Amino acid sequence: MLTDQVREEIEAELRRYPDKRAGCVEAMKVVQRHHGWVSDDSLKSLAHLLDMTCEELDGVATFYNLIFRKPVGRHVILLCDSISCWIKGCDALRGHVTSRSGIGMGQTSADGRFTLLPIVCLGACDHAPVMMIGDDLHEDLTAEKIDRILERYP
Amino acid sequence: MERPLTQRIRPQTEPMNLAEYEDTGGYEAARKAVKTMTPQDVQRLVTDSTLRGRGGAGFATGLKWSFVPMGPNAPRPKYLVANADEMEPGTFKDRLLLEGDPHQMVESMVVTAYAIEAEVGYIFLRSEYTRAARLLHKAIAEARSRGYLGRNLFGSDFSFDLHLHTSAGRYICGEETALLNSLEGKRAIPRSKPPYPQAAGLWGKPTVVQNVETLYNVSHIVRHGVEWYRGLGHGHEGGTKLYGVSGNVKRPGAWELPMGTTIRTILEDYAGGMREGFSFRGLLPGGASTAFVTEAHLDLPMNFESLPRAGSRMGTGTMIVLDDRTCPVGFVRNLEHFFAQESCGWCTPCWEGLSWTERILDGLEEGRGRPEDLDLLAMHTRLIGPGRTFCALAPGAMDPLQSALKHFRADFERHIHERRCPWREQGETIGARG
Ligand SMILES: Cc1cc2nc3c(=O)[nH]c(=O)nc-3n(C[C@H](O)[C@H](O)[C@H](O)COP(=O)(O)O)c2cc1C
Ligand code: SF4
Ligand code: FES
Repeated sequence: MLTDQVREEIEAELRRYPDKRAGCVEAMKVVQRHHGWVSDDSLKSLAHLLDMTCEELDGVATFYNLIFRKPVGRHVILLCDSISCWIKGCDALRGHVTSRSGIGMGQTSADGRFTLLPIVCLGACDHAPVMMIGDDLHEDLTAEKIDRILERYP
Repeated sequence: MERPLTQRIRPQTEPMNLAEYEDTGGYEAARKAVKTMTPQDVQRLVTDSTLRGRGGAGFATGLKWSFVPMGPNAPRPKYLVANADEMEPGTFKDRLLLEGDPHQMVESMVVTAYAIEAEVGYIFLRSEYTRAARLLHKAIAEARSRGYLGRNLFGSDFSFDLHLHTSAGRYICGEETALLNSLEGKRAIPRSKPPYPQAAGLWGKPTVVQNVETLYNVSHIVRHGVEWYRGLGHGHEGGTKLYGVSGNVKRPGAWELPMGTTIRTILEDYAGGMREGFSFRGLLPGGASTAFVTEAHLDLPMNFESLPRAGSRMGTGTMIVLDDRTCPVGFVRNLEHFFAQESCGWCTPCWEGLSWTERILDGLEEGRGRPEDLDLLAMHTRLIGPGRTFCALAPGAMDPLQSALKHFRADFERHIHERRCPWREQGETIGARG
């Protein structure tokens, strides 16, 4: 169930390791880049490709916070809830994002636009509070700033 | 004041490409080491430099390398792994280096690999550092096409290739043996030691795991020598250190300063002191897993030797400041939530104990605290302390709690007597757990 392109990208990742299993996290991330999440079908095909059992691969997948075994929205919002962001009021911002997007933590909006997730310290504590959407880091957040940022993700 | 680690960083601009990096003396250290020194020479230099690991534990780098089997009979391949997981809350220094000067990462790994005769390297990078990943990819490709990675570097018989591995988000991956399991494609739980990674690490082969900032120091020690390097620091510990401050200070940020700069200098001269309307109560000197120090300790030098005198550790050197408008119980509750969530679940004292501590702190914050809770918390700090768990995550989690109970005990007691958090407005609804 893996497209040729996904397969090719995974093969390229695997070349960096002496055995296939070592590339399993990178391989799941390739699948996520293309499909947003790792479905049971993709997991099965991947396990076959990596010479792992489905159980082994799922054991790795579920260990990590950023491997998604359920569908997510087009844009995943990762809102930092660790200490420096907490001091700077990330709790209130979470309330703001929740009311703006209409979704709670861990939820995906009905139109499939956003999934909202907590994340641990993003290593930008000097610009707390911060969040990531997709590959982009957004720093020194305020409620108004969040409104403007969200508009950029259709 | 010299700032070797950050001198090439140009804020708000793309980092130097290979040609620019070379114009400023880049890859000279690698050339010098490979062409004019033996691996033992490099090891000796680093031992004499007093360099200690910047990832939190402060282990002497030269000593660590001395445990790697060397010579023609050593098992091969040997591996060098850069620990760029950086998920400890309050820590934000390695990101600055990786995004600001990725070629320095590549060069430092070439020099270090040469010193331990490693032929393969991995940079273990946390998933969320997407900008760093893009820049490192580019730097590695540039270095490879110029022949600075690959076979027979600088015309010698030393060969070394380097790969970027991006992780998928789990704090425990920063623990060096869990990191090795993670790289091998297994669940990232720590391994029992011995054997130490230097003897049997990745795929059972000799492996050195080193923090990003530690590695960045190595190329400068080789290029400029031990005397110069030791002269950079104040006191016995040489070199510079990336210090950082976050919290309600005027100018949160990170700065490269002489090792052993005092806490007060960093806090007042660089971070600008407290923000208007906030006063200082205490700080965690080096990330979430270090113990609080207070006003009385501000004149201590930030180095590995001095912080233990205040019952704490330098950790990663990035301080988190507690002010008078922030609840110390809520502060610690936030940290314990992090540690409980990130426990890998391998050993019972940690995974049961940390969630229990978190629940007690929840109760205190939500007005359900009982007098015996403080004894229960204190008991946990002993039962989950050093030596009782498989790895250092759990004892690290107890450091802020144990020290908060000592320095801010009255605040904990107020929560119990008033049956509420005194920092919250009366009637304010308590949000979902943060
Ligand atoms: C739970 C846990 C997380 C850690 N995370 C990191 C990390 O993200 N980066 C790091 O360099 N060291 C981290 N460490 C420390 C490493 O285990 C190890 O000591 C370090 O990478 C060695 O490098 P150094 O000697 O250069 O400091 C962590 C330790 C523990 C117990
Ligand atoms: S102390 Fe915690 S994180 Fe470390 S091995 Fe035990 S359960 Fe895992
Ligand atoms: S605590 Fe939020 S970025 Fe560090």
